[in-house]
Amino acid sequence: MDLKKIYRKIGFPRLIISTFLVLLLIIATALKIPMSGIVQDILTRFGMNAVLVLAMVPSIQCGVGINFNLPLGVIFGLIGALVSMEFGLKSWTGFFVAILIAVPLSTIAGILYGLMLNKVKGQEMTVGNYFGYSIVSFMCIFWLIAPFKNPEMTWAIGGSGLRVTLSMASTIGGVLDNAFRFEVYPSWMPKWLVSFLEIVPLGLILTFAVLAAIVWIFSKTKLGTSMRVAGSSFKFASSNGVNVDKYRILGITLSTVLAAIGIIIYSQSFGFVQLYNAPLYVALPAAASILIGGASLRKAKIIHVIIGTFLFQGLLVVALPVINILSEGSMAEIIRIVISNGIILYALTRKEGETA
Amino acid sequence: MDLLQMKDISKFFGENQVLNKVSLTIKQGEIHGLVGENGAGKSTLMNILFGMPVIHNTGGYEGEIFFDGQPYNPKSPMEAMEKGIGMVHQEFMLIPGFTITENIKLNRENTKPSLFSKIFGPKLEKLDIAKMREDAKAALKKLSMNIDEFLPVAGLPVGYMQFIEIAREIDKSNLKLLILDEPTAVLTESEADHFLKVIKTLASSGISILFITHRLEEIKKVTDNITILRDGCLVKSVATKDIEIPEIAKLMVGREIETSSANRRKINTEEKPYLEIKDLYVDMPGERVKGVNLKVYKGEILGIGGLAGHGKIGIANGIMGLYPTKGTILKDGEELPLNNPREMLKNSIAFLSEDRKGVGLLLDEPIDFNIAFTALEIKEEFIKKIGPLKIVDNKKIKDHAEKMIESLDIRCTGPEQRVGELSGGNQQKVCIARALTLNPDILLVSEPTRGIDIGAKKLVLDTLVKLNREHNMTIIMTSSELAELRQVADRIAIIAEGRVQAILPPDASDEEFGLAMAGHEKEKVVN
Repeated sequence: MDLKKIYRKIGFPRLIISTFLVLLLIIATALKIPMSGIVQDILTRFGMNAVLVLAMVPSIQCGVGINFNLPLGVIFGLIGALVSMEFGLKSWTGFFVAILIAVPLSTIAGILYGLMLNKVKGQEMTVGNYFGYSIVSFMCIFWLIAPFKNPEMTWAIGGSGLRVTLSMASTIGGVLDNAFRFEVYPSWMPKWLVSFLEIVPLGLILTFAVLAAIVWIFSKTKLGTSMRVAGSSFKFASSNGVNVDKYRILGITLSTVLAAIGIIIYSQSFGFVQLYNAPLYVALPAAASILIGGASLRKAKIIHVIIGTFLFQGLLVVALPVINILSEGSMAEIIRIVISNGIILYALTRKEGETA
Repeated sequence: MDLLQMKDISKFFGENQVLNKVSLTIKQGEIHGLVGENGAGKSTLMNILFGMPVIHNTGGYEGEIFFDGQPYNPKSPMEAMEKGIGMVHQEFMLIPGFTITENIKLNRENTKPSLFSKIFGPKLEKLDIAKMREDAKAALKKLSMNIDEFLPVAGLPVGYMQFIEIAREIDKSNLKLLILDEPTAVLTESEADHFLKVIKTLASSGISILFITHRLEEIKKVTDNITILRDGCLVKSVATKDIEIPEIAKLMVGREIETSSANRRKINTEEKPYLEIKDLYVDMPGERVKGVNLKVYKGEILGIGGLAGHGKIGIANGIMGLYPTKGTILKDGEELPLNNPREMLKNSIAFLSEDRKGVGLLLDEPIDFNIAFTALEIKEEFIKKIGPLKIVDNKKIKDHAEKMIESLDIRCTGPEQRVGELSGGNQQKVCIARALTLNPDILLVSEPTRGIDIGAKKLVLDTLVKLNREHNMTIIMTSSELAELRQVADRIAIIAEGRVQAILPPDASDEEFGLAMAGHEKEKVVN
């Protein structure tokens, strides 16, 4: 295979970003930043974010494009987590109760949002963006007046209204990350396995693997195939008797549900629930990740999620210590914003169907 | 004196010759008619004359043109206009939100100096509205139009818009030749009559007119001379008084036809129709169907022909439910639900769209998926059930595609090649393969050979005939190419003005076809 073919297969953005990542890794080694810490961070951040990125797949496949309205699903995921915390549920019980509450709520929200999107075909991404802003602002009111009573969650003064950041340490924090980690490892375990489990958040990665497998199998079913066709060409699909509107609703609902599950997974790993304006900042990095991974506005696969999340998060994790040593202030954060917005901009200038 | 002389004009689009040594002469004050079927080369000839960029972007033309005694080779419409050639297009080029006056004076506004123009140049001069209104009024008056010249164009009847376009041209003081491209197509009969009178008045004032139309009686009524084109060649240039309408029709259509009438079956119209269409209306933009009644018999190939824009394409699209439709469709005596492609497919009616790349194929998907999808969606073929899941069986799809590629001779690198990379003919074969996979009772085919080279054309047509003979598939084939319909169809329905004008046997004369296309002799139905 000649170089040109390889280059085309990798694509310009991935080439640049992986080169940059490798460069940073070399510098990190030179600066004697511990490698095991970096690997652990990359894997953890990968697991935290991958499901949110995965939520983009059904929405792209069904023809709606990038789901900039991820905050909608995120909000219902947060409500699930909050209800579970309100009752003081711990560990796995708390986690599953949160999911059980979040899934039906986000399903309903997804269907309603899908119905709305069918009325604005062709402008889903713009509309989704503004819908996201609106719903997040609306929920700011809700967080203040919601009937949560648990003193760990409400403002200390007055006793009502939820705090901006709620700790999950005593409830479901780290339940997936630490699923295969123990206070004291049994003595029969070899040493390499212990350090492997300490570095790799196995539960988190496995959860993503299960969800990704579900999305993958779905795309292989008749339903998933029809949805993909509905998303590729309205004319072709409708002339073949595919109800395009129905599949768009299906795709956007799946995306919303995945966003809800994704934020619960994210929060338990992060250790905190972030309310108020925080859900706004979910959509852009997720969109950037899947585009870096090689998806286009019309085509997305699981492999794009994996590559994209790994590159995007890897870059952030490595850049943070390196740049903080080399320069001052919040350079790492600035780089994150430049990369995520830059890659979205780059993807939007591509012709439809062409990968970024 | 000859105002315009075009000598031996030839034009290629790529490999495709669309004009072959066509000559045309127009005298001053003459009304000259130009007729021909769709694709005969009329538009290309006009585009050359009017200096449209599409001509020069595709390598220019061969031949010479003299206008007003001078050699003339326009590079842009602007140049043509400066020389005194005006053109009224088939589609209106008016700005709806502007007034009639503004439209007539568009880009040629009368202006007077203002303070800013003295400093920044003439681009900033003030509009002289009063003068513009006066001119517009005068131009409209020449067309005997009594209408407030300050009304906005939006909302005016189409007939008026046509006159405004012409008013714009005659307002140009240097106008010598006016090209009218199917000006009466959108007019009602009385409007058209008025229009023809106006043309005559214009001609008598010394302006030459080149008149393109499908309505032969209009040509006969107003023109002095007629030029007939067919397949890019000049068939005849003749004085109007020396030729009758039937002959014009014959010359327009006539060409050698390789009919294989030996194996043509006689269709027994006594038996019960297999598919019956009653009073079908289809709202397909540009191809409206206005009350079609058709009976299709089992096992026949019914051709549907007619000129572009008269609604022949709309019929198949309407039956499939791709555009809003009303009427009744009966298959084997049972009424079918309208506006529902899925139900039509379930009732074993399949469609090969004229819009192959948009409707017919997923260009980004591989051949095998394109072939299998309809059967997968409608009949749940190529699926293996694992528990409650219906998983798509990619291996089966691939095996099936391999068989199809072999039997239809689709030239490709393999079943996983993207359809977008195939040539037009092979893409059409993929469409046929998909229909074949569905194995429908009735196959609707629209423009099966559009954009396909000659060799592949024959293959596609042969395949359709084979399907018909071997699988006893009833085929309804719509085509702009009459020759092709006459080659394969058992009966041919000619559509004019959105209705069935006549149903002719394929060996009917050129004259009959030509007349039916032009909308003559409504009662003549040959069974």
